[in-house]
Amino acid sequence: MVVQPTTELRRGIHHEQPLSYPNMSRKGRYLAVLVGGILVGVGLVRGGVRGLIMMLVGGGVIAQGVTGISLVLKAIGANRAVRTNEKAVAVPHQQGFRVEKSITIDSPIEEIYSYWRNFENLPNFMSHLEAVEVQDDDIHSHWVAKAPAGMNIEWDAEIINEIPNEVIGWRSVEGAAVPNAGAVRFRPAPGGRGTEIQVKIEYLPPAGPIGAAVAAMFGEDPNTQVAHSLRQFKQLIEAGEVATNDGQPHGPYRP
Amino acid sequence: MKAVCWYGANDLRVVDVDEPKILNPRDAIIRVGLSSVCGSDLHLIDGYIPTMQRGDIIGHEFMGEVVEVGSQVYNVRVGDRVVVPSIVACGGCFYCHQEQYSLCDNTNPNAAMLEAAFGYSTAGIYGYSHLFGGYAGSHAEYIRIPFADVGAFVIPDGVTDEQALFCSDAFPTGFFAADNCDIQPGDIVAVWGAGAVGLFAMVSAYMLGAERVIAIDRFPERLNMAREFANADTINYEEQDDVVEILKQMTGGRGPDACIDAVGMEAHAGGLPGMYDKVKQTMRLETDRPHVLRQAIQACRKGGTFSIVGVYAGLLDKLPMGAAFNKGLKFKMGQMHGQKYTGELLNRVARGEVDPSRLITHRMSLDDAPKGYDLYKHKYEDCLRVVFAP
Repeated sequence: MVVQPTTELRRGIHHEQPLSYPNMSRKGRYLAVLVGGILVGVGLVRGGVRGLIMMLVGGGVIAQGVTGISLVLKAIGANRAVRTNEKAVAVPHQQGFRVEKSITIDSPIEEIYSYWRNFENLPNFMSHLEAVEVQDDDIHSHWVAKAPAGMNIEWDAEIINEIPNEVIGWRSVEGAAVPNAGAVRFRPAPGGRGTEIQVKIEYLPPAGPIGAAVAAMFGEDPNTQVAHSLRQFKQLIEAGEVATNDGQPHGPYRP
Repeated sequence: MKAVCWYGANDLRVVDVDEPKILNPRDAIIRVGLSSVCGSDLHLIDGYIPTMQRGDIIGHEFMGEVVEVGSQVYNVRVGDRVVVPSIVACGGCFYCHQEQYSLCDNTNPNAAMLEAAFGYSTAGIYGYSHLFGGYAGSHAEYIRIPFADVGAFVIPDGVTDEQALFCSDAFPTGFFAADNCDIQPGDIVAVWGAGAVGLFAMVSAYMLGAERVIAIDRFPERLNMAREFANADTINYEEQDDVVEILKQMTGGRGPDACIDAVGMEAHAGGLPGMYDKVKQTMRLETDRPHVLRQAIQACRKGGTFSIVGVYAGLLDKLPMGAAFNKGLKFKMGQMHGQKYTGELLNRVARGEVDPSRLITHRMSLDDAPKGYDLYKHKYEDCLRVVFAP
């Protein structure tokens, strides 16, 4: 079946932009000006070094309220300024991290597409996935992935766009630990060189930019995982198996 | 089983390790019959190749007998006597289809590391650091061969183990170097380095129609080998002030039509330039010493071919790009595509065109591997190649 792309999915989501747009809600901005004003007022009355510090801090809080740019929200990667309907959008506007990777596989598009479209095949080459279970409607699916420190994370996803042999678009449904949305596009490579696959994923890391940076340090970030998965998919299709060294002999580290 | 493992710069140890197992359906296990030292191992031993880990089994030029095959191996059987090229290739990707096996897309489990270093990942190599896949090497009693259908070549009857051994790496590397020169009738080919790879490059250049081959080295016994084994004219660069001028005199002023670098990143040079690069390399300001590159670019005739098979790993400087550009040189280089050549070379050996076993100067057991590498590295006892029989 063919599902048309939603406007929410097409809406661009970018990270790594300098924060030049407001990220505070309207209430939050009023509150910041109010709290900042009280601090300045109390500081004025008290005087001395402590009073001066209170006035400076209060001024800073007022400034954040006026500009609408909260440094605290920025640090935790949150954005309260944009009103989104969480039920319609998995990753709200301007809050997601984006992964984009491409690979060419020397195999016909139909074969590549149908292997991928059967999501239960994906753990064969996505080593961070434990299992994918597709529901009877063939639209909804349940995903289990390995998380750092030996834990698992689980979520439900739905297909929101599908054109056979061209594109599969999905988003996580409400309540996902790591809200994500994305699309896989398939197109023939020029000169009969097989099939080009392009994966685009947007996701909300659990602890914002800090969480994303920690994950990247341990190679657990989606950027590394998607690149690795695509390479392993290529190996599986072209070579029939995923290249490995796990379990080969090795001298003791300290003989 | 016994294996020769790397434990740091100039620290090889023979230790006991587990025997290899079939890990994938296209794997085979072979009992190693003979395993050779290679000049490129010296870069590992000298500590110039990053991502080696303590306990890594080295060695990548070998032959032996198949003792076990995975469920998806069809071309070789238990009991076959085989020789295996040193690079691992899948046989199913764009590059393998073009017979550029050392550029294989699918055999490096650590592809991300090479992508970060080189932009793209190339094929895995046995016993040659984790950057190149981290595959266990052949200086052991047994070795696992991934993609055995593509990588294992049955040795024809009448070809001895010692004759077949160098069809794994040294001979295909030399042949690849000569093949890259696109040799035309009348061509004169100059080869820097008269080690095993250089000697095979000389022999191969004649096989592919070269008029004359000139060898450049500094060790009298190797130059002697170049004359006797490969029928080459020779230049001892330590006895000559100006190699480029000598090459002109030997080629009627035209210069060699093709130059082959069979030396690589740890090239030796005398005088101030040699000290300069040795100091920079030791301080890690450059990783590769480019003496041969500089000299060959200068010596090569205009529009000629420069074919590089000596290993380079990282960065170097003061490369005369202006000379290369204005003379319109063609550069060809890379790790050899063993799977393209090994079968053909075994047939040439079987027909008696060349006897590769003449290059073996020392035969040892695995236990003596550290001593063998010491001989080989310092070229004691006129050492050309040490071969281990596990």
